[in-house]
Amino acid sequence: MLADASNFVHSVDSTFTIIVAICVFFLVLITALMILFVFKYNSKRNKKAENIHGSLPLEITWTVIPVILVLYMFYLGWTGYKQMTDAPKNSMIVDVYGQMWSWSYKYPNGVKSDTLFVPINKPVKLMLHSRDVDHSFYVPAFRIKKDVIPDRINTEWFLPKRLGSYDVFCAEYCGLRHSYMYSEVVVLSQDQYDKWMAGKLSDNDKE
Amino acid sequence: MASETLSINHNGYHESYLEYQGKHKGIWGWLLTTDHKRIGVLYMISILSFFAVGVTLGFLIRLELLTPQGTIVGPQAYNEFFTVHGVIMIFLFIIPVISAIFGNFFLPILIGAKDVAFPRINLLSWYLYLTGGALVLLAIVLPGGAPDTGWTFYIPYSVRTSTNLIITLVAAFILGMSSILTGLNFISTIHRMRAEGMSWFKMPLFAWSLYATSWIQVIATPIVGITLVMVIVERVFHVGIFDPTLGGDPILYQHLFWIYSHPAVYIIILPAMGVISEIVPVFSQRTIFGYKFIAFSSIAIAVFGSLVWAHHMFSTGISDTAEFVFSLLTFLVAIPSAIKVFNWIATLYKGSILLEPPLLYALAFIFLFTIGGLTGIIQGAISLDIYLTDTYFIVAHFHYTMFGGTGFGFFAALHYWFPKMFGRQYNKKIAKIAFWFVFIGFNTLYFPMFILGWMGMPRRSYHYLPQFQPLHVLSTVGSWILITGLIIMFTNLFRSLLKGGKITKKNIWGGETLEWQIETPPTFENFEFEPKVFEAPYEYKQNEIEKEEVK
Ligand SMILES: [Cu+2]
Repeated sequence: MLADASNFVHSVDSTFTIIVAICVFFLVLITALMILFVFKYNSKRNKKAENIHGSLPLEITWTVIPVILVLYMFYLGWTGYKQMTDAPKNSMIVDVYGQMWSWSYKYPNGVKSDTLFVPINKPVKLMLHSRDVDHSFYVPAFRIKKDVIPDRINTEWFLPKRLGSYDVFCAEYCGLRHSYMYSEVVVLSQDQYDKWMAGKLSDNDKE
Repeated sequence: MASETLSINHNGYHESYLEYQGKHKGIWGWLLTTDHKRIGVLYMISILSFFAVGVTLGFLIRLELLTPQGTIVGPQAYNEFFTVHGVIMIFLFIIPVISAIFGNFFLPILIGAKDVAFPRINLLSWYLYLTGGALVLLAIVLPGGAPDTGWTFYIPYSVRTSTNLIITLVAAFILGMSSILTGLNFISTIHRMRAEGMSWFKMPLFAWSLYATSWIQVIATPIVGITLVMVIVERVFHVGIFDPTLGGDPILYQHLFWIYSHPAVYIIILPAMGVISEIVPVFSQRTIFGYKFIAFSSIAIAVFGSLVWAHHMFSTGISDTAEFVFSLLTFLVAIPSAIKVFNWIATLYKGSILLEPPLLYALAFIFLFTIGGLTGIIQGAISLDIYLTDTYFIVAHFHYTMFGGTGFGFFAALHYWFPKMFGRQYNKKIAKIAFWFVFIGFNTLYFPMFILGWMGMPRRSYHYLPQFQPLHVLSTVGSWILITGLIIMFTNLFRSLLKGGKITKKNIWGGETLEWQIETPPTFENFEFEPKVFEAPYEYKQNEIEKEEVK
């Protein structure tokens, strides 16, 4: 499920780990202080409360530190995203068609398929077309997702780095059988891929 | 709060608002009332009824998800379940719940007023709410079937579905009008009706939060109203606005929808934050830490929260500039919320803390809302949002902020103000037992969804792959624990209405704000004499509860 299958996995997962670590730190801090105060200053132990109206240095501290941290987290997310937008020039371009409720693929040479076969270590750029309503082309193992919207061609790209087949889901609700809108990306070695493509082409010739 | 009552305008009403007989008697005394407290109670009854429907649908959704498919219903019914669950919970429960019930009941009292600025319009708001609610129910039962688009009504699917969508959109439109009128009423009330000496910075923080909320309601709600009308026009007259087959742009719909619906989450959360700002000082018996920072952070949330809507659209292919700006602003809007949380925690410091049911719920709010907020930060990072959006991670995040936040804020407010509203005390021990069921059930229900989302499971999915099942089973078990807790909680409250110990003390919790200085339950026009305010709220002299018991 969480295989290191594309070039984005490392960056997304490490960003996730860093941000979750910061979040867990604050959650633990807040919760621990809350529980500590509730016990320590319980009315049974502490009969008389002290009216403390506030503290400007504290307010500044807990504004400035979070601001610095969120700017850092923003930067991580932004740089990770920038990689996802710039597909290499030599990418293989595949047209993806989403429709209620299935996916289909068309290769540059006109070959069509219901499963997306790609060669390993070659960048692939997907041109996303919808034939009806909004869908979203989501490959969790590759950490990519892009909405598929009628009358607009969105793109996404990836560099497959591990052989195997990976689930494709539709992530934008699209009606009755939205949750059955499964497909697969199969990453093949260059040899296997060429064989598959040749087989497809000869099938087409026979027809 | 130090205040003095001057004999200026003695109105002579000594009866509780529950017994007071005005022009209309009996049931008409309720249905035609313009008393803000009675309207608050009317809202309470109607909102809780819709909450029960929403919870039932949530229960059915979880039951269906116990197995990968076909547990109790087919996909069409499931899609209708989660759509109607969303519509009811958002438009009929969580948006109005705190402001319409406790805002109506307590805002005038907290600022020392007899009523809201426009009492008749206030009643009209409730009738609009009921009309909207009735239309939602009608959309479920009429032939054609309940809407199946999700509560976001995304175009183009919502132009194509054959279910009763138009009637649902009309309902949402009418509910929006109700919300706008309540907002206008509260803004006018706060500007015009404050008691003598009640300057802006002597206002209780709940009033501040309602003020910020009301402005968002008035400014943002018309946008969604117009948008929904445009969808209706598109469906009925085939005018191309959003539908690409008619030359429209579906992304435009998403922008317009979220320009309202993102600020709406602040309409939802701000009143709950106001409730927490009331409860934490009362049960710590000390003044609130950083009053002005909490007050201004509400305004900051209202302003910045209106400028982050497109973070719901990072995966739609909006421009890089838009991604950059909206992600940055999304991170920054977290700061005022963080400031509030830190100030609440600091308010516990050196207090004299009474762990009564309202404080338990308030502390749970802080914990759950912090998880909700922090997981929002995770999704503010664009590269992570691309991966996590439209998965169960969103479902978990959303329920932690909405239910863990505003839901628990509502339960806190309910346990805090209920005795004042009805003059009856509930069983505190049972209330605490209910709390633990609700708290544990909630986390068992929603926490597994974060993991499901990280594993890549898309939301709004009737069918799922086998690897997701164990966490779904856990989540469903959580829903049973949660519902058990809710049943205990509401049975306890309802029972106390009939059999609970009567309270006549004015100040059962030792609060310093004005509602604790008037009769329990309040009389017809709240104050026998016009109150005059000298000091900021939450200025505790000593342990007020002891003082009360000596009297
Ligand atoms: Cu789809």
